[in-house]
Amino acid sequence: MRHTGFWLGVLAVAALLGVVAPYTIANEYYFFAGYVVLQFVVLATAWNILGGYTGYVNFGSAAFFAVGAYSTVALINAFDPPMIVLILAGALASGLIGLATGYLTLRLRGVYFAIATLALAIVLETVIANWDYVGGAGGAFVLRPKESPVFDKYIQYLFVVMLGLAIVAVAIARTIEVSRLGRGLAAIRDDEEAAAGAGVPTLRLKLLATTISGALMGAAGAPYPYYVTYVDPASAFNLSYAVNAVAMPMIGGTFTWLGPVVGALLLGTLQQVATVTISSELNLLMVGLVLVAFVILAPDGIVGLFRKLFGRAPRR
Amino acid sequence: MLNAELLLNALASGLLLGGFYAAISLGMTIVFGQLDIVNIAHPAFIIVGSYAAYALNDSLGLDPLLAGLLFTPVFFAAGVVVYRVYHAAFEARGAEALRGLVFFFGLLFIIEVLITLTFGVDYRLVDAVYIGGALKLGPVGLPWRMVVPFLVALAMTLGLHLFFKHSFMGRAVMAVAQDPVALQLMGAKPVRIKQFAFGIAIATAALAGAMLIVIGPVEPSMGRLYIGRVFAIAVLAGMGSIPGTLVAAIILGVAESLTATFYGPSWAPAVAFGILLVTLAVRPAGLFGR
Repeated sequence: MRHTGFWLGVLAVAALLGVVAPYTIANEYYFFAGYVVLQFVVLATAWNILGGYTGYVNFGSAAFFAVGAYSTVALINAFDPPMIVLILAGALASGLIGLATGYLTLRLRGVYFAIATLALAIVLETVIANWDYVGGAGGAFVLRPKESPVFDKYIQYLFVVMLGLAIVAVAIARTIEVSRLGRGLAAIRDDEEAAAGAGVPTLRLKLLATTISGALMGAAGAPYPYYVTYVDPASAFNLSYAVNAVAMPMIGGTFTWLGPVVGALLLGTLQQVATVTISSELNLLMVGLVLVAFVILAPDGIVGLFRKLFGRAPRR
Repeated sequence: MLNAELLLNALASGLLLGGFYAAISLGMTIVFGQLDIVNIAHPAFIIVGSYAAYALNDSLGLDPLLAGLLFTPVFFAAGVVVYRVYHAAFEARGAEALRGLVFFFGLLFIIEVLITLTFGVDYRLVDAVYIGGALKLGPVGLPWRMVVPFLVALAMTLGLHLFFKHSFMGRAVMAVAQDPVALQLMGAKPVRIKQFAFGIAIATAALAGAMLIVIGPVEPSMGRLYIGRVFAIAVLAGMGSIPGTLVAAIILGVAESLTATFYGPSWAPAVAFGILLVTLAVRPAGLFGR
């Protein structure tokens, strides 16, 4: 029953945001803002597959995101393929980078993986800044197609694309959570040695989680060049992506798929309002402070707080 | 054909750079190597040190390195406070692995934004008599702005090495690093010792930050470039080894300097990551690891 409810809910959200909204809301700003919030839903959900379910912290979300964005820039320069190819290519590129980083560092303690992801972001930014084909350090302009494939405005199309990605990401996260894979990952998170002793193939499961997580982040980055129309390493690799990807699941709660979604919707919307009303630096300061406050005071996030209030033990 | 003069200059500046890298990594060696706390915000404290030195240099005309030295007690106190919070919120609850990392990540981000809000995003630099000239040794030219921090870094490394080897408190820190439970059984309080060591580590950031701004102009987000470097050095050194830190830092400095000379400076940041990955893959215990 729980499954039917989940899928009906997904269908309702998809219909409401993806079909009704583009025909009823005229102001383009809402789609610009909504795109960013949905992009964070994908990033936070992707981060949580590794961070929340498995207990391995990835500080390089910005790098995976940027790899997706830059694979799009490279492909547009080469032969301008359709959106679905761009997304799959971005996912493939970031997934492979996740797999490679994981393969090199996941056999060691978790902190080494975390440090490697931090350093990975710096190295990939260096590589991109030195790669002239995608614009190098100066950045690259990307032309949007003249006609939107559906709806009147191109931004509405991008919004629906990101909505689709968000739904796919959440569906994948939830499927993992209720599957054998999810239980294996939870076992690793709670006690890796015991899990290995009980016959869980820990390295293989961790690599799988890293690859899926990286691929989803790359997919989220793939439409980004069309959204901003100008991509440069400093903005694509911006640390705020990495901070938000960590902060949103931490604030929402890391044990279920719902946590990152709640965190991303709340923090994402709050930031969209804040960028309009206060400066963007204060806005980032707020994200940092909220993150530290939650990690100290409410480690199980908003979902955890609700469960405590209504007497249901968190499903660990 | 390899140009001998170019090579000699690259090696010399790599050596000087390595000395400075030792200074920025000592705090990480203490915190990560000895206390097993993954303080990824350490480079952010170094940037705070740079701006503190800048503020005193700009307003009072004080020598930046002297200013850095004057700030060490303040940084020590800040380190103690940070450790207290960390201990109460994570270590005592046994939740340090994932959440502790996120805590320091948040701290790094907050510090960076606060500096941006206070000083803006422009590059800042300092004035001192030794900035500008160079020491000429035959074909090799050594800028004083690299030589002076190098000497200070050597003194700092030696001082900390002697402190950890010979003083009572220093040896107590080493004991915590080796076996905190045994120490507790003997009636000592590991928390107070760790708090002290964490304070020392952050205090080194005041001086290291002053060196950073002597060597070149500084902007708020620069700390991130150093995260890979300090971890690469701390891991390559072998966890917690002070002499190892100096050796590892010089290896990285020379490697970066050679890369910058022969492949172009824009590739230098990637060197640390390469060294880190190779170390983790081949010998995670590091050069001087137990």
